[in-house]
Amino acid sequence: MTDGTVAYPAAGAVAPATAGEPILRVVNVVKHFGAGVGASVKAVDGVSFDIMPGETVGLVGESGCGKSTLGRVITQLIPATSGEVILEGVDITKLRGEKLRQQRKQLQIIFQDPYASLDPRMTVGDIIAEPLVNFKMIGRGKAKDARVQELLRTVGLNPYFNNRYPHEFSGGQRQRIGIARALALNPKVIICDEPVSALDVSIQAQIINLLEDLQREFHLTYLFIAHDLSVVRHISNRVMVMYLGRICEVAPSDDLYRSQDHPYTRALLSSIPVPDPRIESKRRLVELTGEIPSPRNPPSGCLFHTRCPIAQVPGICADVVPPLEMKPDGHLASCHFSDQVRTKLAVTV
Amino acid sequence: MTQPVLEVRDLSTHFFTDDGEVKAVRGVSFEVMPGETVGIVGESGCGKSVTAMSLLGLVQRPGKVVHGEIMFKGQDLLKLNKEELRNIRGRDIAMIFQDPLSSLNPVLRIGFQIDEAMRSHDKIPKDDISQRGIDLLKQVRVPDAVHRIKDFPHQFSGGMRQRAMIAMGLSNKPDLLIADEPTTALDVTVQAQILELLRDLNEQTGAAIILITHNLGIVAGLCRRVLVMYAGEIVEEGPVEQIFESPQHPYTWSLLRSVPRIDSNRQDRLLSIEGLPPDLIDLPVGCKFNPRCPFRIERCFNEPPVIENVADAQRAACWVTMTRAYDEMNAATITDTSPGAASGVHPRGRRPAADLTPAATAETLSD
Repeated sequence: MTDGTVAYPAAGAVAPATAGEPILRVVNVVKHFGAGVGASVKAVDGVSFDIMPGETVGLVGESGCGKSTLGRVITQLIPATSGEVILEGVDITKLRGEKLRQQRKQLQIIFQDPYASLDPRMTVGDIIAEPLVNFKMIGRGKAKDARVQELLRTVGLNPYFNNRYPHEFSGGQRQRIGIARALALNPKVIICDEPVSALDVSIQAQIINLLEDLQREFHLTYLFIAHDLSVVRHISNRVMVMYLGRICEVAPSDDLYRSQDHPYTRALLSSIPVPDPRIESKRRLVELTGEIPSPRNPPSGCLFHTRCPIAQVPGICADVVPPLEMKPDGHLASCHFSDQVRTKLAVTV
Repeated sequence: MTQPVLEVRDLSTHFFTDDGEVKAVRGVSFEVMPGETVGIVGESGCGKSVTAMSLLGLVQRPGKVVHGEIMFKGQDLLKLNKEELRNIRGRDIAMIFQDPLSSLNPVLRIGFQIDEAMRSHDKIPKDDISQRGIDLLKQVRVPDAVHRIKDFPHQFSGGMRQRAMIAMGLSNKPDLLIADEPTTALDVTVQAQILELLRDLNEQTGAAIILITHNLGIVAGLCRRVLVMYAGEIVEEGPVEQIFESPQHPYTWSLLRSVPRIDSNRQDRLLSIEGLPPDLIDLPVGCKFNPRCPFRIERCFNEPPVIENVADAQRAACWVTMTRAYDEMNAATITDTSPGAASGVHPRGRRPAADLTPAATAETLSD
């Protein structure tokens, strides 16, 4: 399969709600980082999911769960240890050089830190036009300026700021510049890696609304990575919860608040403070014992069993890896006792 | 009637930089009652941390407290000399910071650092110190405290380090604990544990807490009263339930509607606050929020509003207030939040965007 196309495996376990051809398929992606002799950090450990055209899929988890690594593996900024990333039917993990470059035009990324992701010595115009120049899609001079100004206007910035430098802009404005750069090549899929985490609350809303508007206008597909479940749920159609390099639950956003099938999802939900004192005073926390284990030496069986309030240890949870499977409420979850999550873990949310 | 443990009157702190005088905190007044939990909420640069630093005399050059009184137990902290302030800091008023790793000395054992706080003040009898160190670590729920007290900071996780910092803060049984973004560097599940710990400790020890945060949810969960700061001033204050239920300042109102809530209807579009906070060197005339306020009126451009009672125990600094915005400007249904959108006030000769600093014009510019 030198041309990079692959036959799909039989209907993937993580099927989205809508029918049709997925625009992006991630199949059993693994990323291990070497960590000294014979040791490795299993940052991403067998993740599969599909994203349909026009969909926003959220990826949420705590620091070190592998969510950003997964984003980078999907864009091939770092190579996968194994697995497939199929973008519009082409497995881009098998592509190299010019072929990869051409295929990856469709797939752009927006980074978390709007300060570090823009070259301070380039003008905003050059930053935004760089992808176009790279692909020889534009000359210098008037045509370039026109396209840059159009992009600046699209993201709500003054089009005549193209000769300014990044330091002249605020954090929110810089994030808009990063978004304009990602849009330059008319991509189909954009990986948003914590795009609002570094921003103040009032600016966060501006950027979230902008991303939603752009999606509608340009029929974009997003993978939205963040640690803030409230933000992720707001913008996404489906939410995937990640823990220690694996996905533990996938649920439609509208449904996630009402029902959960994995104890970790429930603990995460119970931890999020709600800006309403009356709700807060009634809320009870799903208490997790201990700390997140090291991905260098992950627990046996279910990765979550060391902190799970309903785990049977010793027993099935410590011995058998629970498969990510369809539960009665239509979520995908990897838990041996998902039927007990709602009854045994009381939370007033 | 009980006396407040802390009374701040008309506090102003400015920074004298090469670019000009940054008026970071201006005319801030508030009280904290014994055992009370007060939240100070606002965005970066609103002056919430500088306010806290000013309380403990921690503002460094080029910053300076230029005006005000900070009354603690009958004495003005601003009139004390360095030595006298040292005796209060860490003893009667303790502070914990955002980043527990840089607040701990990496080459000293956790136990030594907790004990050190007690040794440097003579509040706890010498013989009790080492046992109290272990008890404190148990109290902040560090497992296996007897052994972990001998660990170095790098052997603790982020959440445990913050617990150790809290233990240190509480070691001298302070009357007031100032927590500056204590959970911002932590993951949500750990954050929830730390907040629960602070809530319990507040009940057990009776120490008043000033919690500084940008997260409205945290305030709702932990605090009884809240101060909302914007551009160096308190724009609204009152009991938490009241402020969240019926905010009167448009900034508080907008802030509450600009955060996605986990329990909300997902399709609702967020109400963004257009524009940027003002430059603290060159502040707008009149109300500091007027360049971003959808409900502004002519008066907002000329006169700075005074903070005054808007309801029982609730004060706000606004010429309009949300009650009027609901009655006269259809605040309940607005979707356009651009400056002056609801009130229709775009002052003569000034287009909406022209109110903003040059860099900020872009934020609001649409085609």
